[in-house]
Amino acid sequence: MHPNNDPALSDIGLAETVLSGGPRTDRITGMPTGSAPIVAGGPIVAFDNVSKNWGDNQVLKALNFNVNPGEKVSIIGPSGSGKTTILRILMTLESPTEGQVNVDGDVLWDVKLGDKIRESKVMRATRRKIGMVFQGFNLFPHMTALENIIEAPVHVLGMNKAEARDRAAELLQLVGLGTHMNHTPPQLSGGQQQRVAIARALAMRPKVLLFDEPTSALDPELIGEVLNVIRNLANSTDMTMLMVTHEMRFAEEISDRVVMFDHGSAVESGPPEQIFKNPQEERTRAFLQAVLKH
Amino acid sequence: MIWDNAFAISIIPMLLKGLWVTIQLTLLGTLIAAVLGLVAAVIRRLQIPVVSPAVSFIVIFIRGTPLLIQAYVAFFVLPIYGISFNAFTTGVVIIGINYSAYMAEVYRSGIQGVPNGQWEAATALSLPATRVWFRIILPQAVRTVIPMLGNYLIQMFKDSAVLSAITVVELMATAQSIGTSTYRYLEPLTMAGALFFLVSYPASRLVNKLERRYAPKQ
Repeated sequence: MHPNNDPALSDIGLAETVLSGGPRTDRITGMPTGSAPIVAGGPIVAFDNVSKNWGDNQVLKALNFNVNPGEKVSIIGPSGSGKTTILRILMTLESPTEGQVNVDGDVLWDVKLGDKIRESKVMRATRRKIGMVFQGFNLFPHMTALENIIEAPVHVLGMNKAEARDRAAELLQLVGLGTHMNHTPPQLSGGQQQRVAIARALAMRPKVLLFDEPTSALDPELIGEVLNVIRNLANSTDMTMLMVTHEMRFAEEISDRVVMFDHGSAVESGPPEQIFKNPQEERTRAFLQAVLKH
Repeated sequence: MIWDNAFAISIIPMLLKGLWVTIQLTLLGTLIAAVLGLVAAVIRRLQIPVVSPAVSFIVIFIRGTPLLIQAYVAFFVLPIYGISFNAFTTGVVIIGINYSAYMAEVYRSGIQGVPNGQWEAATALSLPATRVWFRIILPQAVRTVIPMLGNYLIQMFKDSAVLSAITVVELMATAQSIGTSTYRYLEPLTMAGALFFLVSYPASRLVNKLERRYAPKQ
């Protein structure tokens, strides 16, 4: 079933039009649309020999990891395997101990440059291409859904308020919350908050959108509505998506590629059919057996 | 000495005038303290080399010395170096600075209470630092400390009596001067105390209400 025909998504019937945004540009990413992502050569995310140490604990071990433009990649693995650290380094919430990270051809981290890179112009410019959806939503609780969404477009991109509001309203419709514009986070359920958080991230037209266990903090009955929104995005945009998740079936369904992490290294990487049906590595097999058992 | 009702009633207008000065002292002093305290708390949090440690030292120094000495120095010593203001202005500034050191601590706890996820979301959206402070962090931090700031306001209202020592003619000084000129201390001091209480009691009830309203949820 095409996700847009899913009855649970009937209230986001707009999805098709808003997401594909007519013939010329993608309304979400602002990039030209086409059936295939535009691959202008290299990967959009490139981890080059990246290590991250917490004292004696090496969370990432000389990691080389690339993501191609438009690719939907799920990262799986046991907790403490470094999955979330990858996203946090990309969002500049943590710094690598070693190595270099490039996004869309621009430097985000380069440990050789030392502390100069931290909060430098270069980093800040590169960071704008990335958005993140957090496990704990992290909406601003004293602002309405609409205010949460327009804050960055107005004050970072310099968009005028009226335009930002219009876009925010569209994005809220897209996530099925068109009637909740003036609700504040405490007035929303966890699932609704996470959907607002997705709209907030989309409002910045990121080229790469990161999802850090987006449904882990949700009550079971609210997980579906958030997964539907993400699935819808995955199916209808050229945006690159990188997701850390424990929802294996979901990862299998929406990903172009699944990467298995263990002890700070990518153990196995491949199409979902390979990882879930025919894993090549013993550790992948053992992990999946453990999590899919129940 | 027996309570003289007629005398007591006759000094009410003077005492009310003094009370009004006390209230002005408190409101202006609180304004100064609230603003300076916030500035100090933010500077300390920003960890700017030299500046932040300097501010920390000033805060600790002010908290470690009596208000009365600070007031005396400002009023009797600084004029020797050409820095001199009238008693009221000196009083407002000194009590404001003194309380700002305490309020800085209150704000600090408020800022610390804002969850880390708020900072992370602000980073993820690339919000500029000023916007992060003024739109995201401080509104949440200040909200939770409003009742504590209210308590300091009430404490300042009573502490401002100390400023009678530098000739600010507020409620306490008014009562004292009535006493010295009439040799009757019973009525003016009793009534000054009562007036302090009449204002501070409802005010503290109000702060209690605020506490319930702004109490962090959960």
